Amino acid sequence: MSATPPAAPPMRDAQSPFARLAGDFFANPVAAFGLGLLAAIVLLAIFAPLVSPQDPYDLAQIDVIDGRLPPGSRSSTGSRFWLGTDDQGRDMLSAIFYGLRISLAVGAASTVLALAIGLAAGLAAAYAGGRFESFVMRIVDIQLSFPAILIALILIAVLGQGTGKVIAALVTIQWAYYARTVRAAALVEKRREYVEAARCLALPPARIVFRHLLPNGLPPLIVVATVQVAAAIALEATLSFLGLGLPITEPSLGLLIANGYQYLLSGKYWISFFPGVALLATIVAINLVADQLRDVLNPRLQR
Amino acid sequence: MTPPLLTVEGLRTHFFTRAGVVKAVDDVSFTLARGEVMGLVGESGSGKSITGYSIMGLVDPPGRVVAGSIRLDGRELTTLDPESMRKLRGNRVAMIFQDPMMTLNPVLRIDRQMTEAILAHDDVGERVALGRARDALERVGIPSPDERLKAWPHQFSGGMRQRVAIAIALLNEPDLIIADEPTTALDVTIQGQILHEVQKLARETGTALVWITHDLSVVAGLADRVCVMYAGRIVEQGTTAQVLDTPAHPYTQGLLDSVPSRNARGARLKQIPGMTPSLIGLAPGCAFRERCARADADCAETPAMSVDGNDPGRGVRCHHPIVPWTQPPR
Amino acid sequence: MLVFVIRRSLQSVVVLVAMSVIVFVGVYAIGNPIDILINPQADQIDRERAIAALGLDRPLWEQYLTFLRGAVTGDLGRSFVHSTSALGLIVEKMPATLELAFSAMLIAIVLGIPLGLWAGLKPDALSGRTIMAGSILGFSLPTFWVGLMLIMVFSVMLGWLPSNGRGTTVDLFGVPLSLLTVDGLAHLALPAPNLALFNVALLIRLTRSGAREALLQDYVKFARAKGLSNRRVIGVHVLRNILIPVVTVIGLQFGALIAFAIVTESVFAWPGMGKLLIDSINLLDRPVIVAYLLVIVTLFIAINLAVDILYSALDPRVRLSEGGG
Repeated sequence: MSATPPAAPPMRDAQSPFARLAGDFFANPVAAFGLGLLAAIVLLAIFAPLVSPQDPYDLAQIDVIDGRLPPGSRSSTGSRFWLGTDDQGRDMLSAIFYGLRISLAVGAASTVLALAIGLAAGLAAAYAGGRFESFVMRIVDIQLSFPAILIALILIAVLGQGTGKVIAALVTIQWAYYARTVRAAALVEKRREYVEAARCLALPPARIVFRHLLPNGLPPLIVVATVQVAAAIALEATLSFLGLGLPITEPSLGLLIANGYQYLLSGKYWISFFPGVALLATIVAINLVADQLRDVLNPRLQR
Repeated sequence: MTPPLLTVEGLRTHFFTRAGVVKAVDDVSFTLARGEVMGLVGESGSGKSITGYSIMGLVDPPGRVVAGSIRLDGRELTTLDPESMRKLRGNRVAMIFQDPMMTLNPVLRIDRQMTEAILAHDDVGERVALGRARDALERVGIPSPDERLKAWPHQFSGGMRQRVAIAIALLNEPDLIIADEPTTALDVTIQGQILHEVQKLARETGTALVWITHDLSVVAGLADRVCVMYAGRIVEQGTTAQVLDTPAHPYTQGLLDSVPSRNARGARLKQIPGMTPSLIGLAPGCAFRERCARADADCAETPAMSVDGNDPGRGVRCHHPIVPWTQPPR
Repeated sequence: MLVFVIRRSLQSVVVLVAMSVIVFVGVYAIGNPIDILINPQADQIDRERAIAALGLDRPLWEQYLTFLRGAVTGDLGRSFVHSTSALGLIVEKMPATLELAFSAMLIAIVLGIPLGLWAGLKPDALSGRTIMAGSILGFSLPTFWVGLMLIMVFSVMLGWLPSNGRGTTVDLFGVPLSLLTVDGLAHLALPAPNLALFNVALLIRLTRSGAREALLQDYVKFARAKGLSNRRVIGVHVLRNILIPVVTVIGLQFGALIAFAIVTESVFAWPGMGKLLIDSINLLDRPVIVAYLLVIVTLFIAINLAVDILYSALDPRVRLSEGGG
């Protein structure tokens, strides 16, 4: 458009692309905060056994006498429960650290698996084209027209409950997003002439796919994957809250919140409240990072 | 002499971007008489469109008119309140844009897009407005205007859409139309038709025209006078014959040399070496000096507009003009 | 236009048949259909009688036709728990869910579009930034936890609003509605905003990005060059263009709202289809699960069809290129 001011982009120093992206990313203080928060949460989850005041699932360390104590109370042995205790006398702070661990692990595991499947399906569809492509994309379209929670509930209803089945449900939901994203990006690249040339030279398909099609699909894929990790964590929590997610032997944040539901009505808010805050902080942190990644990785928005 | 219709003096429109201040229009002055046709010529990014927007009061943030004056019929526009400016737009001054595919709203019918321009300024009924819209379509040569009023923009070809846009500009019989490259996006044959049409209409209604273009051949057949812009400044002005036949600024000369038809068949086309400079942090001095064969140490100083002593309408902003100049009396 | 509607309707029927095959294969062919269709408490003689009665010894395609015939006539089996028609149970609970979803969508539209428009017009102002920050929060807040917090604050701490059930309902054309009584509205006052939350955030984002894009278009500049007031430029030229994607998303999201009502209904003990589904999954009442599935798939396909038709009615370009008339 002739109306745009003739602003040539300022020349950047000869930085590595990664350094440039990092610089762009941290230009937004909110995003930097999100990344810091996320890093802190991940570290807390990984080192939960080290930073927790007690092991909440070691029966020797908990006492029912300490059950449902409000935040800041002292236990029968004199230690302090900063965030109160649940009905079993478990320290909520410790339970949250352990719960984060499970929630993040389930979210990450399902995302990695779904990413692998979606990537393979999307690349194969884009490379093969023809009937195979329309078949795969038809499935993706139909699946994406249904809300994630519905698909998850149907799968749980058919497959039954359990950690593996929850992950399977989350993978089934997510793969379609990746397949669609990868295919769209790969198609753009596939039409380029050098890919055509590589095909004419009869280079092995794997080489064309991994050297040319895949790198172009990575930026949008990273953004989608970030958003999907948050969605997976939230969905797992929802399923667990509904009693259809992880078994009680794997107390994720959703399960902790569900445990506190019945005590909420008698004013004992902390059993549900604090795990929810932890869940919210995790999702917000991931979404803030995803938002900024979207802006940084989108060449159209670069000023 | 009658007072000019439009007087622009020392206009500066700057854009305050994150990367720095872009001086899109930097000290532009010109006058326009009633019914006169002026060609405003320059490459993309020279500030010619922004000059047009500045007159219309349509400079979007982060841009803003920072200095200078724009007077229409003696009325100062730069300090006018938004409501008075709105009443002027589309009424006394109208504008036509470059891409006819983009200027009509795709989800509104033609009749609505035309009558709203009338109803925004005149307190008339829907039916009267519709009648005027119909007449305007007829005037720009659109067949069966009654039917076309009820059509949607995507049902028109590019040339037809531009005719509709011109009809809308003419609706309130403005004193001035600013045309921002209205034929650039069209086929050459359509271009000729539209040019002819606009010229005829402007003459009939006594409307003055500022025709913004990068195409000197368009200007040659259309304009009474020409201003050549480079990097936010007017570098040369004069009558069309003066500027095209005896260019004074090396940049104008370069532009003329790069028009294919002016060169002998088979001869290599000349081109201006180098690129248009970035307007961010532009150093003082003549902006063209990097690309100019005549440049020397003097050019590090910004040249003033020097006006021909015998002809106040003829001027050049150059330390070493091609045509010798009689100095104006100080 | 008529050709377009007929063609899209036929496509919908194809998708519906395809979905019925998937449901059939999922429920009848994979796993043991006897476990799914016959009450586990039945004894051996009952089981064998049932296998013959259900035709499970016949070839698969014949079984599918039988299933399809039942489905078309509204026979989707009987609930183990309630001993009534599974479809009847779903239909009985449907008004409560639809009422909740409609209320939530209304809230989302009334809040989301104006806030999004404001944020789009003033992207750099404090107000615009605050709205966007709020929308990120709206995306991130887990619905069920927000529901719990609403109950905690408004029911437990303040004691203002009831935390479960539909309250008093009034029949309108034989359909019980909470919207028509004060008590019913009080019961809706927590679940409806809870369900709306995500869509408020979604509509804010959608409207904002649409407005920002439209404001850059030449037709907006041309409209301003015509001397139109700001009000008209935004209210007519910008809004009409944003409305096309927004209406599409509202339509599609309505289906999502019905699905997500499962969560809200569970939190607020709202007696709708979603709560019935969760109860049925917990009680292994499989015919009800199958019935819910087919009903919701049909609903989704109907909504998609309606959105497509609405879309073509709104966008003149689609209307004429597809209209064939």
